[in-house]
Amino acid sequence: MSTHPSRTGGRLSPLAREQRLWGWVFLSPWLIGFVAFTALPIVASLVFSFTDFKLTSPEDVSFVGLGNYRRLFVDPLVKVSLGVTFKFALISLPIAVVLPVALASLLDSKWLVGKPLFRTLFYMPYVVPVVSAIFIWQGVLNNSSGWLNRILRSSGVLGPNWLDDVNWIYPALVIIGLWGLGNAFLITLASMQAVPTAYYEAALVDGAGPFARFRHITLPMISPVVFYNLVLSIIGLMRYFEVPFILSNGTGRPGSSTMFFNIHFYKTSFVFFDMGYGSALAWLLFGVTMVLTGLLFYSARYWVFYAGGERG
Amino acid sequence: MAVAGRAGTYPRIGGSYANTPAYYRRGLRRMAFTASVTLFAAMLLSAYLMPFAYMLVTSFKDRDQIVASATGPVLPVDPLTVEVNGREVPLYRVPIEGEVRQLALVTPGRRESVFVDPDTGEEVTWEGAWRTLDPVYVFAPRTGNFAEVWRGIDFPRLLFNTAFIAFTGTAGTILSCVMVAYAFARFPLPIKGTLFMVLIATIILPKQVLLVPTYAFFDAIGWTGTWLPLIVPHFFANAFNVFLLRQYFMQLPRELDEAAMIDGAGPLRVLTSVIVPQSYPVIIAVGLFHVVFAWNDYFEPLLYTLGRPGLQPLSVGIQQYNFIYSQQPHLIQATALLGMVVPVALFFFSQRFFMRGIVITGVEK
Repeated sequence: MSTHPSRTGGRLSPLAREQRLWGWVFLSPWLIGFVAFTALPIVASLVFSFTDFKLTSPEDVSFVGLGNYRRLFVDPLVKVSLGVTFKFALISLPIAVVLPVALASLLDSKWLVGKPLFRTLFYMPYVVPVVSAIFIWQGVLNNSSGWLNRILRSSGVLGPNWLDDVNWIYPALVIIGLWGLGNAFLITLASMQAVPTAYYEAALVDGAGPFARFRHITLPMISPVVFYNLVLSIIGLMRYFEVPFILSNGTGRPGSSTMFFNIHFYKTSFVFFDMGYGSALAWLLFGVTMVLTGLLFYSARYWVFYAGGERG
Repeated sequence: MAVAGRAGTYPRIGGSYANTPAYYRRGLRRMAFTASVTLFAAMLLSAYLMPFAYMLVTSFKDRDQIVASATGPVLPVDPLTVEVNGREVPLYRVPIEGEVRQLALVTPGRRESVFVDPDTGEEVTWEGAWRTLDPVYVFAPRTGNFAEVWRGIDFPRLLFNTAFIAFTGTAGTILSCVMVAYAFARFPLPIKGTLFMVLIATIILPKQVLLVPTYAFFDAIGWTGTWLPLIVPHFFANAFNVFLLRQYFMQLPRELDEAAMIDGAGPLRVLTSVIVPQSYPVIIAVGLFHVVFAWNDYFEPLLYTLGRPGLQPLSVGIQQYNFIYSQQPHLIQATALLGMVVPVALFFFSQRFFMRGIVITGVEK
């Protein structure tokens, strides 16, 4: 029995037609959901962004043309919040890419005893709800009573005021973010373990040292996963909200160093209910995300290696 | 080790000869490597998990112990006291003639103090400032924080809210994602490839773009201030889980489907009696992911349950409670523990399914 539609004179056979119908039926939850919760909201969001729609007074709404987009250029908070988001991205992205690879290499080491236990425990913080994680880290990073500064003090170093110093808040956010690396670490480890051992044996015969083997075999073989992690990290950064919002109660303190773009967006849209301008902010972010992921996908052909040659 | 002479009779192991000096040197080197790498990993892991220890220790302290621990002991402890002549007096570690004795401080003085040995009743006068002495501590965890927080945040209510939102959402996710993944894995549809690309592209789409109109829509139909916006959308499948399930379904042999079809099973029957029974591990993984997601979710519950504290899930309830009690670390850490206990327990009980599911999503890409 064929599972492909057989065409008879340009028309589908009854069996193929029935099969197709079932296919659409099974697909329908997503199709309906896509239209209702993705496609229509996108269109609506675009329309909103050209109006002065306010949820508090939905009846007097009028088109303002490009007014909201013009406002993006004069709103000082747009510049500040984009700057904060980019600055934090520059600090945290390299860490989000390198650390999972380093940790996976350690756990892939043949010298390590108790691998399954290490893997489970290094992954575990990933399932801790972000609200709990933030409160735990807030205590650990506390200036005087926090354990991190106590440990530093016992070794003679005066720890910084992590959460209230504009120079130390980004490192603090990076430290809090370390618990979110479990996923990236785990799939990197899995792809390292999937590298055929024959490659390493061949390299050994050719006299390649451990560094050369890592550079010329491991790295290319895991590059698709590194790419995947990078894409997800960028998307995650563009959605970054909970940690700075809860830490500073949405004030952006210290200074305006945690006034991330999404906090500005949240306040505009859901505190002041200025949804027309909020939509314009969302589209700005959408544009930035598209450009960044577009560049990333474009760059992939130069550094991402797909073993089967099916892409790239 | 020195079995004399004839090297040729030694068994060869891994290019070296067993029972030779070279063999033992190698074994030692191997052990040294293993020990140092494992020790390094263990240290790293301790640092990574150290905050949990802070949370546990702090959540079992009371206010006095918190104040005392700012400079003193890390664990929840109380200074030990004994009764001397009908009076409660503290015990100190007093160094006398090269040995440290545990003595009760009866008459504290600036230059010298009078101590009593609680066992013998012997009086000892010790020269030196008693404030420099270490008190004797006894481990005394307090569980009162949990009782206070339990009532304060109305934990049973928050737990019920979270569990209800999480489990109905899980049912919806599994139901819809299994159907959609089945369609993508097994049915010949005209623009299937394009549709699948669209599905995957929704992963990259920033949620903010959808949030404003979706909120306005839910507000217009009266769903804000209810759980419906947190549950209903999950009955319409999502890209991550459809992708995961599709990958799994595609590698199941089609012969079984076809055998069932020959026996007269329709497409729905094939799904429920052939595909699903073979896919329990991955379906369980999808369910686990959703429960963890729902427990973790903060932003949308914040939006949609605003002003309805009775409807809040744990994440929002804990955050708002701690906003009020932000100066009391012991209560805050107790809420943090209550907030994470279910997903972490779930993870430890089902980690095999969990971690396999993640590996499939990541590596197949």
